[in-house]
Amino acid sequence: MDFFNTLIVVLDSTVRLSIPLLFACLAGLYSERAGVFDIGLEGKMLAAAFASASVAAVTGSAWLALGAAVLISVFFALVHGFASITHRGNQIVSGVALNFIAAGTTVILGQAWFQQGGRTPSLGAEARFNAITLPFAEAARDIPVIGFVYYELLSGHSILVYVAFFMVFATWWILFRTRFGLRLRAVGENPAAVDTAGISVAWLRYRAVICTGILCGFAGTYLALAQNAGFVKDMTAGKGYIALAALIFAKWRPVPAMFACLLFGFLDALAIRLQGTPLPMVGRVPAQFFQALPYILTVILLAGFIGKAIPPRAGGVPYVKER
Amino acid sequence: MAENAIELVGINKSFGAVHANRDINLAIPRGTIQGIIGENGAGKSTLMSILYGFYQADSGEIRVNGKPATIATPNDAIAAGIGMVHQHFMLVQNFTVLENVILGAEGEALLNRSISRARSELRRLEKEYGLEVDPDAIVEDLPVGLQQRVEILKALYRGADILILDEPTGVLTPAEADHLFRILAQLKAEGKTVVLITHKLREIMAITDNVAVMRQGQLVASRATKDTTVEELAELMVGRRVLLRVEKGEAAPGDVMLSVRNLTVKDGRGCTVVKDVSFDVKAGEIVGIAGVAGNGQSELIETISGIRRAESGTVSLKGTLLDVTRHVDPGDLRDWGLAHVPEDRHHVGLVLPFEESENAILGYHDHPRYRKGPFLDIERIRQSAREQMTRYDIRPANERLKTANFSGGNQQKIVLAREIEKDPDVLIVGQPTRGVDVGAIEFIHKRLIEMRDAGKAVLIVSVELDEIRSLSDRILVMFDGRIVGERKGDASEGDLGLLMAGVEQREAAE
Repeated sequence: MDFFNTLIVVLDSTVRLSIPLLFACLAGLYSERAGVFDIGLEGKMLAAAFASASVAAVTGSAWLALGAAVLISVFFALVHGFASITHRGNQIVSGVALNFIAAGTTVILGQAWFQQGGRTPSLGAEARFNAITLPFAEAARDIPVIGFVYYELLSGHSILVYVAFFMVFATWWILFRTRFGLRLRAVGENPAAVDTAGISVAWLRYRAVICTGILCGFAGTYLALAQNAGFVKDMTAGKGYIALAALIFAKWRPVPAMFACLLFGFLDALAIRLQGTPLPMVGRVPAQFFQALPYILTVILLAGFIGKAIPPRAGGVPYVKER
Repeated sequence: MAENAIELVGINKSFGAVHANRDINLAIPRGTIQGIIGENGAGKSTLMSILYGFYQADSGEIRVNGKPATIATPNDAIAAGIGMVHQHFMLVQNFTVLENVILGAEGEALLNRSISRARSELRRLEKEYGLEVDPDAIVEDLPVGLQQRVEILKALYRGADILILDEPTGVLTPAEADHLFRILAQLKAEGKTVVLITHKLREIMAITDNVAVMRQGQLVASRATKDTTVEELAELMVGRRVLLRVEKGEAAPGDVMLSVRNLTVKDGRGCTVVKDVSFDVKAGEIVGIAGVAGNGQSELIETISGIRRAESGTVSLKGTLLDVTRHVDPGDLRDWGLAHVPEDRHHVGLVLPFEESENAILGYHDHPRYRKGPFLDIERIRQSAREQMTRYDIRPANERLKTANFSGGNQQKIVLAREIEKDPDVLIVGQPTRGVDVGAIEFIHKRLIEMRDAGKAVLIVSVELDEIRSLSDRILVMFDGRIVGERKGDASEGDLGLLMAGVEQREAAE
């Protein structure tokens, strides 16, 4: 029973740690499926986290904060789009530049506005997205196994967690069941085919990066208002890149993307859980090892354990009409 | 209804300094097949792109069914009933046929109903025009002939009355091309108007009602097809008389220079693509390998020229046995007198962003002639490139120009000049004139015959049966990785066609 309890607790934190990855990963999926590589997920998340924490600190409203985060993130996405769609710039350079801009301006503005060394003020419960208890969770708590799982694992998360999982299926549906999704997938594979079919390649790609912006806004908000209680310098800590890695594992598909993000979240949860606990046979393992584990796994998996990951064929290539 | 489906009046279009279309006037009667012929770069594709709204004319007017039409985007063209089958298919490779067909013409925001509507419409088109294709197949799994059919279906699904086909047969086998022509004839019978852009004279003669000839951006002649001849059209296209058939004397074969024995080769995916192939090429003869593209010819010449490893078998060059199951250095082969003009000059034969002079020595850059100590002798290299350009009539004659800026024919001449100039004993040429215009074809064919007459062993691989037949002294036909027959150079097209389709082999097996 003890092992079972531990497992559920670890899984519970797995879910929590996966959510920012999942939002960011789905965000990247829209953009990359449309043929715009986005290494700037990290920057958008960071900017969104800062925006939401600031607005929450000033207004005390989590929902206004979410709105602000989405706005800022979409703005960043549009800048990336302007550089890489309209001006056919290098998508990697544009993405990296936005990451740097986000990392710098959040700290500078944070210091200028709140004078706490780049942090935003710690938020009270009313300004955050708090855990919600699902119906009957309390009552079900004592039912062995099922009730316990329901109470510990399924219930007790912030609304954003449920939104994230809903978005997995929404994304799948949009991508494979709607006209917009069909065109989005087409433009990432062969923009010339889309162009000759009489559809604007640029407008389609802009809509894709706007979707990316919206979801990155959610990712950042979750970090600042649900997982933490405010903004801390560089709080994304590479999650944008891990989300990209997850996107590659998932071969740019929404449901596998969810599992990839959960896997990374699980490793993270495990690392936290096992810190300082001696392992059988091995003894004490430095905490840094566990912290490095997700990244090591990324390298190993990318090195060939996932089969061939074929990116959208037109990915990273600005569309130029042939002469 | 007006009598003409399309009228183009005074169309002009420039790209920078290049006047791609100059004052074009053309009327296309409804229900006919109109041919537009011209060499590469004559402005045919530009003209059709203007008609399809991909580009806009600098001046001039387009009339559809007698009414002036503004065609600013492909959408306008589609609305006016114009459909286009592009030379490079505009298909999403990993989509199904259905998805490709509805893309851009879905009709509503959710796909369910548009897909089922398209499914029944495809069934109707299949019956009406013989356009059979599995609607649920993934496009990249289909052979090119079927992919092209998907393009035609796309246009018809959008209600096209006027269908433009840009170089449709470049990628097709003779049988597929015949099938396409039957479909086009069927479309014409249903009252549709077809515009066929090509540089192949035979197709024009075979299927069109009228033909317009373009040269250097201008429309130089319009003829009713039945009132003209291949010779006249060729002359109009090139602007001078051309020899369509190379003249050559009897071959005088000497010693065996290249000998292939029991060669078996696998491709990148592990399929055996060359199966137990044996043949010889003697000095002073041209051996042609005919076959539908993808029957192992490419892998065969890649193996002989050291680019690909064999599973088993041997290749001897001038009596020296090469272990082709291990890595054979293409550079060594070159030193031993084997030259190779690859099938795909863009990816294997040339580095397109490089200057012409750099490409003219590619692979021979270690030659002492081009070196000054550890450095390249740039002056020498440019000097010899200039000489080559004169001898091979490579235009524009500027050795500093980026290779990408030369036309297909001139690029091919660059590769050919490079390989022939080193005076090899064995010359292997893949697709000698793919994407090359009529004038240059004549030139290239003459050079190959000269090589033969100088006592070299020449092996050519081509999907153009006409080319194989006019050049070769002996013809080997490949089907499904095997050599299924050998014929003399004067074999009939029908005879070779049967071999290429694998008919002979099947009968033997029964």
